[in-house]
Amino acid sequence: MNKNLKQAFFSALLVWAVAFPVLGLKLSIDGISLVVHSQGSFTISIIAVCSVLMFLRVLFDKQWSSVMSRRSDRKLISPAVSNYLTLPKTQRWIIIGLILVALVWPFFGSRGAVDIATLILIYVLLGLGLNIVVGLAGLLDLGYVGFYAVGAYSYAMLSHYLGWSFWVCLPIAGLMAATFGFLLGFPVLRLRGDYLAIVTLGFGEIIRLFLRNLTDWTGGPNGISNIPKPELFGLTFERRAAEGMQTFHEFFGLAYNSINKVIFLYLVALLLALLALFVINRLLRMPIGRAWEALREDEIACRALGLNPTVIKLSAFTLGACFAGFAGSFFAARQGLVTPESFTFIESAIILAIVVLGGMGSQLGVILAAIVMILLPELMREFSEYRMLMFGALMVLMMIWRPQGLLPMQRPHMELRR
Amino acid sequence: MSREILQVSGLSMRFGGLLAVNGVALTVKEKQVVALIGPNGAGKTTVFNCLTGFYKPSGGTILLDGQPIQGLAGHQIARKGVVRTFQNVRLFKEMTALENLLIAQHRHLNTNFFAGLFKTPSFRRSEKEAMERAQYWLEKVNLTEFANRTAGTLAYGQQRRLEIARCMMTQPRIIMLDEPAAGLNPKETEDLKALIAYLRESHNVTVLLIEHDMKLVMSISDHIVVINQGTPLADGTPEQIRDNPEVIKAYLGEA
Repeated sequence: MNKNLKQAFFSALLVWAVAFPVLGLKLSIDGISLVVHSQGSFTISIIAVCSVLMFLRVLFDKQWSSVMSRRSDRKLISPAVSNYLTLPKTQRWIIIGLILVALVWPFFGSRGAVDIATLILIYVLLGLGLNIVVGLAGLLDLGYVGFYAVGAYSYAMLSHYLGWSFWVCLPIAGLMAATFGFLLGFPVLRLRGDYLAIVTLGFGEIIRLFLRNLTDWTGGPNGISNIPKPELFGLTFERRAAEGMQTFHEFFGLAYNSINKVIFLYLVALLLALLALFVINRLLRMPIGRAWEALREDEIACRALGLNPTVIKLSAFTLGACFAGFAGSFFAARQGLVTPESFTFIESAIILAIVVLGGMGSQLGVILAAIVMILLPELMREFSEYRMLMFGALMVLMMIWRPQGLLPMQRPHMELRR
Repeated sequence: MSREILQVSGLSMRFGGLLAVNGVALTVKEKQVVALIGPNGAGKTTVFNCLTGFYKPSGGTILLDGQPIQGLAGHQIARKGVVRTFQNVRLFKEMTALENLLIAQHRHLNTNFFAGLFKTPSFRRSEKEAMERAQYWLEKVNLTEFANRTAGTLAYGQQRRLEIARCMMTQPRIIMLDEPAAGLNPKETEDLKALIAYLRESHNVTVLLIEHDMKLVMSISDHIVVINQGTPLADGTPEQIRDNPEVIKAYLGEA
């Protein structure tokens, strides 16, 4: 009991130590100097209540855990349901359902909602791409955003200097990113685990710094602006068409409505995401997909069977980078502006968080996680200061309740039919 | 007399100050079963690792069909038809038995990205053939009913058999078995013996094995090489080895 008391007291103190500087104090500017205020008695009392609760929780730890263990016989989700949900077949049906909804709802949704959905789709695309590298091939890549940047700048520069259209640049951007993935992958893929993570992190930063300092070509920190939006078979969605072009609303005899542009962008993003989904679904059932899986499990056995580990890893790295390139060029088109600041490490971290949160290797998981990760901050604008805190909390909660991710997928096994 | 397929001479492997293998010589003829025996820590597995490219030997030559292969990477040697099993089973545990066999055929399959993406007829055919080959070998090692079970859930003896089947999927010329009978019961050891004989007779495979089960070694080997403390001690037919006083002293023990 004495030991418990000491521990409980310490925990309560810890609550104060953590919460008081973050929540209980406020900085404000008085003239030219910073002044520290207290946040008022309400916040302080909440912290006090929390610390008391923590004190009691630790003090009665034994009783608490015995109550919890009795309750945990009844799981939140029963194992049968959980197993059913992780079957590839079930997930395929859920994905098909989601796709149908995704195709229809923008025509009824508000402009803002469609815009956010487009952003979500960009992250779905990125998540799916990184899922190949991290989830399937088991290579921890912390510099994924570098390839995203390569894709974005490919389109931005090609359209800025050569005036090429989005649809021509899209495959080129994918190819460029894939080439970068190949070139960077070649030296680093002999590294393993932590070392690989650090080196890819470095490469991601190098690409960003390059773009920032190559002022003559990339515009340096100002980036490249006025990037044209995609067109539908030569029809633009702007109010007025450039010389020799036609606008969408004139062609179809509609009144100009700016929401058309938003919906069109959304549909393009959806198309790209569906393409990624299709390709990855096939990859899982192809020899190369199986080889990634095998390599993740046992590299030595792979070598003994004549599989070249470097080539297999490189293919995963290159393909993943290619999807980042697609996402990047679409991002540039949607935003109309690219700057190096869009491609900082935090983006890599968010994409990786999407993959991990969703459940490694699971496409449906990635989609859900992208929705959660992007929608949550949008819905909770008032709490935007605590965004990182929320991410942290989300991760901790996930580790406790669903360590495999939101919706992990059982790999589709090849079956022997008799 | 059949051709010499593998010639090893003066093989040595040095780890820092330790000379783990010193001047091992080995000649393997086609379709022979050659056993490598010796006390624990004698360097048998190190020899295997050198032959299959997992270690780069510090000295000596390894000729496969007269072509030097020392210093090549593991997967390159495997592609030349020299595959191995491991002392501790190394299956892909999360994958099914069938998939384990499909992975091993990777090199023989249609791995074209676009062929797989659009399921072209040639891709379907290649996958179908792979399935059939896998099925054939599953039947050979009596694992057909476990085809869709993940490899990690199989019994130990089954895992060992699956590993041999997996090696056979690569269509090897030499198969190197590292203690294949370790942990098997007498019945399973008999099966293993039959399997090795079958590999040799029906698939023209040369077998090189490390084994401590003397009954098995003496009954299936054409030739035995004894290694002690990294250096070759003796080689010859099973009868010669059995009666060699040096070998008895160092390894077999007095009867």
